[in-house]
Amino acid sequence: MIERHESVIVITFVRALVPLAQLFALYVLIHGHDSPGGGFQAGVVLGAAYITLALALGREALDRHVNEPVCVALGAAGVLVYLLTGVFGMVGGGNFLDYSALPLPVSPVRARYFGILFVETGVAIAVAATVVVLFCRLADRDPAR
Amino acid sequence: MSETLLALLMVLLVVLGVIAIRAADLLLAVIALGAYGFVMALIWAGIGAVDVAFTEAVVGAGATTVLMLAALLRTSRRRSPLPSRLRWVALAVVIVVGAALLAVTTALPRWGDPASPASAHVSPRYLTRTVAETATRNAVTSVLADYRGYDTLIETVVILTAGLGCWLLLQRNEP
Repeated sequence: MIERHESVIVITFVRALVPLAQLFALYVLIHGHDSPGGGFQAGVVLGAAYITLALALGREALDRHVNEPVCVALGAAGVLVYLLTGVFGMVGGGNFLDYSALPLPVSPVRARYFGILFVETGVAIAVAATVVVLFCRLADRDPAR
Repeated sequence: MSETLLALLMVLLVVLGVIAIRAADLLLAVIALGAYGFVMALIWAGIGAVDVAFTEAVVGAGATTVLMLAALLRTSRRRSPLPSRLRWVALAVVIVVGAALLAVTTALPRWGDPASPASAHVSPRYLTRTVAETATRNAVTSVLADYRGYDTLIETVVILTAGLGCWLLLQRNEP
């Protein structure tokens, strides 16, 4: 099990770093249309923010913020967001994953822009949750020997 | 990035790879692999593949390193040596595969060649139409999430499946 780090410097730095990393993940997700990045990278950065929290403040600090079973559900929910975006393309009269047919009050081109944002959000949620779950399982409180 | 710098980074890549393989202390091997991922990210950025560089930096140099460190917590820092008979098999496989890879490098298109099959087929259409069709200036994003949406959907399912598999395998062994 990972204990809280002794150094006050590390703890203070991580306390400042984690919110910034979370904000950066959001930026990478939303700005992926115009700059490098997107859902996958945003998801890993977001997951890494929580892992950093656990490494510096201990596993219990992580458990106060995220719940492992909820993370597993979130991983599935991310894939569901992706699938539903595709299904809503069919609801709007297009093919599966045809974002231009999404029932949104915008032009078809804009709808594709938002469709990309929706699926990238789904990817980010799925990836972030999976990374956190992997870390939680590997750095278990009572490792099975 | 200059070709000399790229070549230097590639040499560094080989050195880090050898360290990761040879290190008796697995902690050193994991750190060398993290550095390998970081150098790889620099190379991707140097040849203009910034999205890949970003992924390599966060996954190869970041997440994988931490996950492997966590795996070391559960197992051991020392490697168990490979049985000597297997070493010769491994050497033979590496020589054959390495020779085959070297033999086909001459058939690869030159780097950045606009007439290469990868650049001449559908890429120009994506590159020229992405803004008009998807209002997305980063063609990598529009190709991944829109034009090739099915691939990315299945990839996300793969990530979830892999995560679920690890989660189930590493459950606490309660009596």
